[in-house]
Amino acid sequence: MTISIDPQKTNNESLQPKGWLRYFSFSLDHKVIGIQYLVCGFLFYLIGGTLASAIRIELASPMSDFMPRDVYNQVLTLHGTIMIFLWIVPVVNGAFGNYLIPFYVGARDMAFPRLNAVAFWLIPPSGLMLVASYFVEGAAQAGWTAYPPLSITTPQSGQIIWILSVLLLGGSSIFGGINFIATIIKLRRPGLKLMQLPMYCWAMLGTSLLVVLSTPVLAGTLILLSFDIIANTGFFNPVLGGNVVVYQHLFWFYSHPAVYIMVLPAFGLVSEILPIHARKPLFGYTTMVFSIMGIVVLGLVVWAHHMFTSGTPPWMRLFFTIATAFIAVPTGIKFFNWVATLWGGKISINSAMLFSCGFIINFVFGGITGVALAQVPFDIHVHDTYFVVAHFHYIVYGGTVFIIFSSIYHWFPKVTGKMLNEKLGILHFIITFIGFNLCFAPQHWLGLNGMPRRVAEYDPQFQFVNQISSLGALLMAISTIPFLINVFLSVRNGKDAGDNPWNALTPEWLTSSPPPVENWEGEAPLVEEPYGYGKEISEQK
Amino acid sequence: MLNKNIYLILIISLVFAISFWIGFNVNLLPAEASINAPIYDELFKILFIIGLIIFIGMTIAVIYSLFKFRKRNDQIGDGIALEGNLSLEIVWTIIPSIIVLLIGLYSYNIYDRMGGMKELNHNHKMMTSNTEKIWAGISQTSDNEIPINNLSIEVSAMQFAFLFNYPKGNFISGELHVPVDQKVSMKMESKDVIHAFWVPEFRIKQDIIPGQPTILNFTPTKVGKYPIICAELCGPYHGGMRASIIVEEESDYNEWFNKNKKPEVNL
Repeated sequence: MTISIDPQKTNNESLQPKGWLRYFSFSLDHKVIGIQYLVCGFLFYLIGGTLASAIRIELASPMSDFMPRDVYNQVLTLHGTIMIFLWIVPVVNGAFGNYLIPFYVGARDMAFPRLNAVAFWLIPPSGLMLVASYFVEGAAQAGWTAYPPLSITTPQSGQIIWILSVLLLGGSSIFGGINFIATIIKLRRPGLKLMQLPMYCWAMLGTSLLVVLSTPVLAGTLILLSFDIIANTGFFNPVLGGNVVVYQHLFWFYSHPAVYIMVLPAFGLVSEILPIHARKPLFGYTTMVFSIMGIVVLGLVVWAHHMFTSGTPPWMRLFFTIATAFIAVPTGIKFFNWVATLWGGKISINSAMLFSCGFIINFVFGGITGVALAQVPFDIHVHDTYFVVAHFHYIVYGGTVFIIFSSIYHWFPKVTGKMLNEKLGILHFIITFIGFNLCFAPQHWLGLNGMPRRVAEYDPQFQFVNQISSLGALLMAISTIPFLINVFLSVRNGKDAGDNPWNALTPEWLTSSPPPVENWEGEAPLVEEPYGYGKEISEQK
Repeated sequence: MLNKNIYLILIISLVFAISFWIGFNVNLLPAEASINAPIYDELFKILFIIGLIIFIGMTIAVIYSLFKFRKRNDQIGDGIALEGNLSLEIVWTIIPSIIVLLIGLYSYNIYDRMGGMKELNHNHKMMTSNTEKIWAGISQTSDNEIPINNLSIEVSAMQFAFLFNYPKGNFISGELHVPVDQKVSMKMESKDVIHAFWVPEFRIKQDIIPGQPTILNFTPTKVGKYPIICAELCGPYHGGMRASIIVEEESDYNEWFNKNKKPEVNL
């Protein structure tokens, strides 16, 4: 059964503030909530980026001389936690999911608008709490993985606030996941079949399944860990007979799927962006859908590859090697299909397209090092080194963050009715791409040659390569300047975009830009071929 | 059409040639100083070459598409309405599956040669009771090894140091001395938080876990001094938690051992 929601029932408009004030209100409008997620996430990205810069300044010299050693550990813990739980997960899921999914399914809002607002409003307080914990007794300093016994023996207040904050953010994520599943399954407009949905809906369906299946395990684990810290229980405390490796199993049962929670939505977004700017249908729709579901299933059974040096029996090491390496197959299918989507198109070389292509190149590189890392004998040497740091930054920054920027260039005209400046956008891409690769490519060599991760000091022979990496980080920091200038200038004085500047066929473009509160004047359009470029249907538009 | 195919074959062979050349001529790894190291480097070389072929190939495909199919100023309308191609999908599902499977089998073989699949605790029957469970580690054996000569060392890790106990000599050292070409068998335990024992030149690493001993065996092959690095975040001075392993000729090792040896105390 499909239901279409009457906006008057879910969103009492007369009580909602108008204009920019609504972004600071408990708004029930999915579009407002999407922007709240995006802007809030971006502010935390700036904080996380500042922390990253502090790390790269410390590592520009081999001695620990920029900040005290325990502060350094707090900085790296906060950097990881903020970037994952307050920037990437809320933005690729919450921001774009909320903004786009109701359009894509032909609904006027999400299935549970109040739950949606609650999910968002959990984020700012827990994020601020996390950052503020630094001023109590120092923030958590056991890394974002919070492995016991280190997390039990470091100052308690920081670690407890960290746990509370991650629990709230996990709750927000679960609320969002439930909402996306319900919206995609139940709120499709009559006549719209599942296999006609834009690819981002499939990506969000798969992601939300992972969120709902794995986040509760993290929550339970962290609650047990907090008992160990404040109530002297012994679940993970070896002094009291606890087992530290069990914590790692439980932690990675969430935190490996978390990688897919961060990249699957990006896979969905790039599948929307490429066909529009290449003027071609998305290549291999059905295989793309199956490969998303393949990644979801495989993603749940690969967690122990984070523990190859922890103490795992040989059979377990082998099972997780094979399972992990096989994720490369559905992932590879998606990349081949994207290149095939470009092939024979009429490609507009603009900021959105460049960031998407940058994503393909970076992610392929990160995927290749990922397949290598899946091999137990390979991993044993480079586990917990800068090789791993480089690998996952290629996935989450070179992959997902590139797609976040690509999506901002692509959907900015939808949200504001104004175009972003293309010259500044291309400048932003060039500095980001060069800075990113300069920062992270040399780190592979550092890891292979003996530099472990999470260190404030290192062997002086690595100084030169670390300085190259720090130079890259500086470029990445600089690259946000043209972006911010671009956004501020374009919101005020940008070129008028019209309703559909890209000539796109997906449903969010078949209404005015910015869209009305109820998404469409009148009935939601039935879009049976969201990627029908090059066909008659597209000529008519 | 024929022309196009010739170009395609030419480009693919060029990608392969470049990848193989880089794979064989660019060394990204530190010195090889244990039996494990050359085995590891063999796997690394294969993965490096396959990775380069895929990465260079995909990058060329993306950049070529952007260039060749870019929208010219005079162009309007859309590209061709190509929605998919079943045989292509099958090809790029099956070929990567085969590659991944072959890599998996090959790395199993490498892992086995490193001793990963061997029974782990046979050298430590003396030290451990039967009920105690020993976890993981690598247990490789050299061909000319005489098991009795295995050097057994007990490693304890704490914030922020390694201590090496030589039970046969009844002494504890802050530096790990081992004779070259002899199998060393270590039982490791942590006094506080998780640490890890990593020697990059040996290509081995094993976490040292509190409350749960772990085993690591290796055979050094090159005389020299190498760093022992803690690879698991263990507190503020984690970056400074290092020790040295000194691989020496057997005579030098014996000299060092006898100098440090303490007489057994008979009670």
